[in-house]
Amino acid sequence: MAAVESSDSEEDLVSYGSALQPLQEGDRIKKPVPFQEQTVKDAKGRYQRFHGAFTGGFSAGYFNTVGTKEGWTPSAFVSSRQKRADRTILGPEDFMDEEDLSEFGIAPKDITTTDDFASKAKDRIKEKARQIAGVVAAIPGTTAFDDLIGPSKITVGVELLRKMGWKEGQGIGPRVKRKPCRQKPDPTVKIYGCALPPGLSEGSEDEEDEYQPENVTFAPKDVMPVDLTPKENIHGLGYKGLDPSQALFGVSGREHLNLFTGGSEETSNLFGNLRHSKGRKLGITGQAFGVGALEEEDDDIYATDTLSKYDTVLKDEEPGDGLYGWTAPKQYKSKKRPEREFKYVGKILDGFSLASKSSAPIKIYPPPNLPRNYRPVHYFRPVIAAGNENYHLQKALEESIGKLESDPTQQSRHALNAAQRREQLGETGLKGPTPSVLEYLSEKDRERLKEVKQAAEQQMKAKIVSQQSRNSRFQPASPDDASHKWQMLLGVQLANAGSSDFRPFAKNPEKQKRYENFVKSLKQGEKDTLECFLDPNMTEWERGREQEEFFRAAMFYRSSNPTLSSRFTRAKYEDDVDKVEVPRDQENDIDDKETAVKMKMFGKLTRDKFEWHPDKLLCKRFNVRDPYPDSSVVGLPKVKRDKYSVFNFLTMPEPTTSVTQATNKKIQESNSLNKPKKPSRWDVSDKEKEKKDSISEFISLARSKADVQQQPPVPATEECGTGLSETLPTVVPNEDKDLEEESGRPPMDLFKAIFVSSSDEKSSSSEEESDEEPQPTTSVRESETTKQVDVPDSSSSIVQESVTATTDSGISSLPTSKQELDAAEEFGPKLPPAFSSGRFCKLLDREEKHRKTRERHKTKKEHKHKKEKKKKHKKQKNKGKHKNKKSEKDSSSNTTDSSDSLSDKDATGLSPKELLRR
Amino acid sequence: DGNYCLTCGSDKTLKLWNPHKGTALRTYQGHGYEVLDAAGSFDNSQICSGGADKAVALWDVTTGQVVRKYRGHAGKVNCVQFNGEATVIVSGSIDSTVRCWDCRSRRPDPIQVLDEAKDGISSVKLSAHEILTGSVDGRVRRYDLRTGHLFSDYIGSPITSVCFSKDGQCVLAASLDSTLRLLDKDTGELLGEYTGHRSTTYRLDCVLSEQDTHVGCASEDGHVYFWDLVEGSLALSLPVGQGVVQSLAFHPRLPCLLVATQGEVTLWREDTFQPEGDPD
Repeated sequence: MAAVESSDSEEDLVSYGSALQPLQEGDRIKKPVPFQEQTVKDAKGRYQRFHGAFTGGFSAGYFNTVGTKEGWTPSAFVSSRQKRADRTILGPEDFMDEEDLSEFGIAPKDITTTDDFASKAKDRIKEKARQIAGVVAAIPGTTAFDDLIGPSKITVGVELLRKMGWKEGQGIGPRVKRKPCRQKPDPTVKIYGCALPPGLSEGSEDEEDEYQPENVTFAPKDVMPVDLTPKENIHGLGYKGLDPSQALFGVSGREHLNLFTGGSEETSNLFGNLRHSKGRKLGITGQAFGVGALEEEDDDIYATDTLSKYDTVLKDEEPGDGLYGWTAPKQYKSKKRPEREFKYVGKILDGFSLASKSSAPIKIYPPPNLPRNYRPVHYFRPVIAAGNENYHLQKALEESIGKLESDPTQQSRHALNAAQRREQLGETGLKGPTPSVLEYLSEKDRERLKEVKQAAEQQMKAKIVSQQSRNSRFQPASPDDASHKWQMLLGVQLANAGSSDFRPFAKNPEKQKRYENFVKSLKQGEKDTLECFLDPNMTEWERGREQEEFFRAAMFYRSSNPTLSSRFTRAKYEDDVDKVEVPRDQENDIDDKETAVKMKMFGKLTRDKFEWHPDKLLCKRFNVRDPYPDSSVVGLPKVKRDKYSVFNFLTMPEPTTSVTQATNKKIQESNSLNKPKKPSRWDVSDKEKEKKDSISEFISLARSKADVQQQPPVPATEECGTGLSETLPTVVPNEDKDLEEESGRPPMDLFKAIFVSSSDEKSSSSEEESDEEPQPTTSVRESETTKQVDVPDSSSSIVQESVTATTDSGISSLPTSKQELDAAEEFGPKLPPAFSSGRFCKLLDREEKHRKTRERHKTKKEHKHKKEKKKKHKKQKNKGKHKNKKSEKDSSSNTTDSSDSLSDKDATGLSPKELLRR
Repeated sequence: DGNYCLTCGSDKTLKLWNPHKGTALRTYQGHGYEVLDAAGSFDNSQICSGGADKAVALWDVTTGQVVRKYRGHAGKVNCVQFNGEATVIVSGSIDSTVRCWDCRSRRPDPIQVLDEAKDGISSVKLSAHEILTGSVDGRVRRYDLRTGHLFSDYIGSPITSVCFSKDGQCVLAASLDSTLRLLDKDTGELLGEYTGHRSTTYRLDCVLSEQDTHVGCASEDGHVYFWDLVEGSLALSLPVGQGVVQSLAFHPRLPCLLVATQGEVTLWREDTFQPEGDPD
């Protein structure tokens, strides 16, 4: 049109294109549609939302679902009963929209090369070359046309080869059998979702069938295409532009990789592509469409799995050869295959190795049985052995390496570990308490050294505490002795235990136990019941210092009574991180309270007052002002004290200890709870005393005897002087008694004597009352103390001096800062070594006290053990020093004895003062 | 209350009665196991209940629906109480905890857990600013929100029931040693002791009369015993039934007594002593 017009005007000119239509007057010039108003419609006129080029292009289906507005219509149901044979496999096409199948769609079907045109005799090499060229070529799709129309001829050679059995894709040469790379997919496997494209899946299966027996020699074919392509581009080595065929049919191609693991990747890719192109119809347009975002998207959608496969392949390649691009494929292949084999082998080996490992532990397990056998052999010892073995077993199990060998030394080591573990477990360790009582009794029976191992075991069990274990290392013998005796005593005690339900020292179960033990021993009719009572005490303190050092922790924790009541109570303490005082008050006071209740002495006696923090919201709901607006605590405030602090210990013994009470009162002031109770206790105590007179009588008798014994202390001390640690235990009974009492009482007396000496005197008056207050037993003790005082005073006047010396030594030994909790902590750790040494008498006593307290605390605070351990090391050092000192003292038997007694006498000294005040 | 009576039973339901007329007003179903205790709010608009299903339920009286269920107790819920404004439910359980549940918010967890008791909580009572709990560990604990103190009074034998006196100065505690004890709230001193009934196994209630003149307690011998509060002398024993008298409640203002025994709730009026039976 325009041309004609133009021709009219200017004939000479050649016009290209079509001229604009002349504007008709009156018509408005159409404004171009702004971009935002341009809409995209699909073939059916439906609007398509544009999602963005990078995130998916246009929406598909109905709001990006497979369905339509009317919903998704599944394929018609077909009774599988009627048509069981055909499985309808859904291919990707089934999920595609019509548009996708159109010329410009993702999977165009319009123009395809059919099998007819696909040259059966296609030369793989050529095809590969073409494809590679296509890939490498600037325009990816250019070579595609070549594929479309191929020569239908088959060269003669190929035909011959085929007739000889050669098939496409196979190498030429003798066939080598190899195992299928992977099992064929189970035909019966149900296919969920989208099945692989039929052509591909079929092809793959066929290939597997064909290639399972396949020869390995693919090399010649591969060489051609791969190497000869010059690098013309700027891409990095090994970089392949996105292969459109893969992009479109990536699934198939990559599947091939898997199937073709034997061949080099390149070849496999090529083959795969070829096959793919053959079996499946290559879409011209699809390729022509370009490797755009669309196809990548598609690739991602349908070939997500393949990416991972790619990764794996790459990994394989990387280690194999950096020369991938440079070297001939042969080498690559050659290397690669062995690698694969190695991998398999490696895997297999791994499996075997694992199996062997697993089997080994299994073998290890049986050994534990042996120890069991051992048990029956030895009555007492076997238990120990068993315990040790058990430890070993545990260790073995844990370590997966069972060390059946139970060398005593090793056992000790193991025990240490086990102890630690026990600490962690807590419960197992706690079991020990029963022995502790026995220990006291046994102490008397030191002579029985035979059962040392048993004792050690019991101790171990009972004393999960690591310290003990360490101690055991250092000096296994001493504890063993004690343990033997203990065991002996245990039997008796157990029998007696039932009889002695009475517990004068409710607050101090240990003391109660001791008393009970003494009483029991008396009742049992051990040869000098009274003397025994005293003697054991004597032995306890002196020798006990050795052994006790080991056992004290157990002593404190171990409820000597078979009844585990004490255990439970302490467990509560452990659990309750709350103020230790509070729970104590409750539990400890129960006896008193019961008595009070019986006496109908309600009031202060039965009342506990705690600081309790209600939740703020609760206050709000109750319309009450928060009494503690500043505190974030809810419920009973928990004590934040150091568990190891000396004061905690002090508070513990307070009720029983007279001296401590002064401090206790001070503490009580801080703790409002304690105050009211104690006075009430005191009141009650009188009554209780009456009740407990029988026991007290026993005790008093025992002590009176002890006093008698005490008077002749000198010879004992002399004896002691001869012996090292063992002799010490024999040291003067008087002192021993004192010590025992004190020991029975938490070390508070000593502490105060040492630390609070000034306050003690003041408190002494109050102490008497307070002593009685806690419990009748205390009263008994007082009586005892008084008795003791009588004797000891005479003897102790001298002693006191020594005591002072001892105190000095004690102070020196004990960090002067007992007041400081930290110091106490340090002591605690130090204790274990002392236990090991086991022969530090008096110094140890203090330490023991610390230990006891610590042990309690430990059980409470197992988690803090680590710290303790560190501290223990320190303590060990300190103890070593102490030991030296002690040894020196020991050498000077009298002096040492006196020093031992000193601590005791300190308390005694106080007691006389108290008497005086009275 | 005063006008209504709540019963809860092992049939997993709560029933609301008009004790004066003997009519059953409503039944509340929703507990999974027997209902052990129930209490009404001050405005009679809500009911809280606790049952063996370890849950504390808050009911709407009119609709009969469970408004909220609080789960958190590890054991049977023995007792529940509203606070004065029905903003908090305090429940005591045999798991030895007392839990305070918020009715206002939707918090599923308790405001506070009072876990000081060493054994199951058998009884809980509230005053304006106090939570009184009786535990099987033989202690009566009084949590004073105002001063922020916990008072623990040791009684010895397991506490079955506690209650405040109307004047708020005393605490009455019933224990399994067949004894009622009247304790001074502030000092814990024993003001009175009342014995004569039998209470050794069951969790029985005790009450103070509307004027604090008498102390009443259920007994396992089928009687309800009343003692003169001051003198401690047995003033009256009502033969209620043959079995154990499980629960009793006194009218807040009038001399009326509700007694529950063996599936019956009986209303006693002091003037006539004529029981009006409410078949349960």
